[in-house]
Amino acid sequence: MNIVPLNPKLFDKDVEQAPIRQGFGDGLLEAGEQDSRVVALCADLTESTTIHIFKKRFPERYVQVGISEQSMASVASGMAAMGKIPFFSSYAMFSPGRNWEQIRTTICYNHVNAKVIGSHAGISVGPDGGTHQAIEDIAITRVIPRMVVIAPCDKIEAQKATLAAAKYDGPVYIRLAREGTPIVTTAETPFAIGKAEIFFAPKEDVPLQVGIIATGSLVHNAIMAAKELETAGIGAKVLNLPTIKPLDEEAVRSLAKECRAIVTVEEHQRKGGMGSAVAEFLAQTLPTKQEFIGVDDHFGQSGTPNELVEYYGMGTKAIVEAAKKVIAR
Amino acid sequence: MEHLSDARIKELELKANDIRKTIIEMLIAAGSGHTAGPLGMADIFTLLYFEALRHDPKNPEWPERDRLILSNGHICPVLYATMAHAGYFPVAECNTLRKFGTRLQGHPHREWLPCVETSSGPLGSGLSQAVGMALAERIDHGKQSNRFFYVLMGDGELDCGQIWEAAMLAGKEKLHNLIGIIDRNNIQIDGFTEDIMPLEPLKEKWESFGWHVQEIDGHNMQAIHDALNEAKAVFNKPSIIIAHTIPGKGVDFTERRFEWHGNIPGKGPANVVPKEKQAEEALAELRTLRGLIKSEHESC
Repeated sequence: MNIVPLNPKLFDKDVEQAPIRQGFGDGLLEAGEQDSRVVALCADLTESTTIHIFKKRFPERYVQVGISEQSMASVASGMAAMGKIPFFSSYAMFSPGRNWEQIRTTICYNHVNAKVIGSHAGISVGPDGGTHQAIEDIAITRVIPRMVVIAPCDKIEAQKATLAAAKYDGPVYIRLAREGTPIVTTAETPFAIGKAEIFFAPKEDVPLQVGIIATGSLVHNAIMAAKELETAGIGAKVLNLPTIKPLDEEAVRSLAKECRAIVTVEEHQRKGGMGSAVAEFLAQTLPTKQEFIGVDDHFGQSGTPNELVEYYGMGTKAIVEAAKKVIAR
Repeated sequence: MEHLSDARIKELELKANDIRKTIIEMLIAAGSGHTAGPLGMADIFTLLYFEALRHDPKNPEWPERDRLILSNGHICPVLYATMAHAGYFPVAECNTLRKFGTRLQGHPHREWLPCVETSSGPLGSGLSQAVGMALAERIDHGKQSNRFFYVLMGDGELDCGQIWEAAMLAGKEKLHNLIGIIDRNNIQIDGFTEDIMPLEPLKEKWESFGWHVQEIDGHNMQAIHDALNEAKAVFNKPSIIIAHTIPGKGVDFTERRFEWHGNIPGKGPANVVPKEKQAEEALAELRTLRGLIKSEHESC
């Protein structure tokens, strides 16, 4: 698998950063311009979920439901039943957190074409503290039949994911995370639902020993870790896995076959997240040693995003250590 | 206001009685399910499907149809029986209720039975779905739309916070073509609603949320008909009809008793009619219109 085109300034210290959620706002506006069936709903978090961009352009296709995430999911279901393509946004903690059953029954079981947008996912929400840090959302959405789960790695990928979700007929959850995430991709980087791509491969003279599978806001950290490992003479490939469900089984299997050791990296509980999805698949097809980077059965707390990512063991150093550990096992 | 003729009312009442019979038969065939709610709502469902709704049973996907959302999905035997009698599918299929592979799932599923508008069962979400439908309709057709969105709710499910979230939104958006009907039968699984979680003053609650409210006798065809017409005429707010019904209506020994909420004849409380006679007696009551007519088994 060849490496796809990425931001040429990726390894620069001053790599441009932008909130991933911004890409959703831009993508939704574009989706709305392409398809008049696209509508938007929000539960009193219009600007912080960036849905205000759509609202400003299409006020008649926007519904403010107030702080009522449970109702919002079912209202979206009703709109979808009438042929609309609703995107509804809140913080991930509340949607799909608080309204999980409404999403399961009135959207997924009902099989309607509605999109759940969970902003402020992950520990890097920061100062708001543990109540607002959704680190269980991948687990609770990926177990629902029919639900597609996507965690874009940067603003540009979020924009593409939003457009792809609008074109996909069925329920989709998009997890948006982190203030100021480094821009990893470019407009040319390919994106398709269910496809993973290699974002880093070591130089030919460095023997390949480990595969790092990363999703969402930590993809940049994973690439930095692989670069560091390369310097230390350890070859690591990084697979960017934006779609957690359906899993790109071919890409995961081929990486596991090539490396025989895997590290998964996600800003989520280790239990039940993307790493678990990878482990479930490999256990049945190609049992492979695996280390999990993620929050280890804890709640979060207040702090800066970087402090928290480091404290809960998801920084570049932790990824490097996990890679060495899994190789040595 | 347009009145139903006496002959038409009689016709609807007999239809409701047939539907009640089908409900009892399908519950007995299923071996489980809810009795009180379906029997209590048979008159309202009859009036809706045989008089009020704009629909075409031979063309369930007709885009111009009104939409009917059943929020309290557990009373689906009355939905299934009424739809079968209206011609959506054969009445005989009702006896597959709750059985493996049936289209008539224990709680309605839109995919298994495409002529139902939504899947329901977990209480409290139907009103939100109907609100979403009415909002979508307004985006497409503005405030001139004369298509109606009906949502049927139980009174017990008014305990759910989501109902009131949706009630606020509908009031705020002044959804004139949204008509809610509450089955005010005063019972829920654990007992009487006013003991479990008092709902009164219910009329004032809905009024304060910006709704047009009517209270009616849910077994009076003319009253149901008039209330629906009045609700359709309201142009600046959503409408709610609090329909006072008798749970278990039509069968003496099931009426007004919350023990019949989740039981079927043959498995209900035995202190009035022994279990082994419940099924036979319930059907006999419906067949003979409570003894008004002699059944085929009795000598005249």
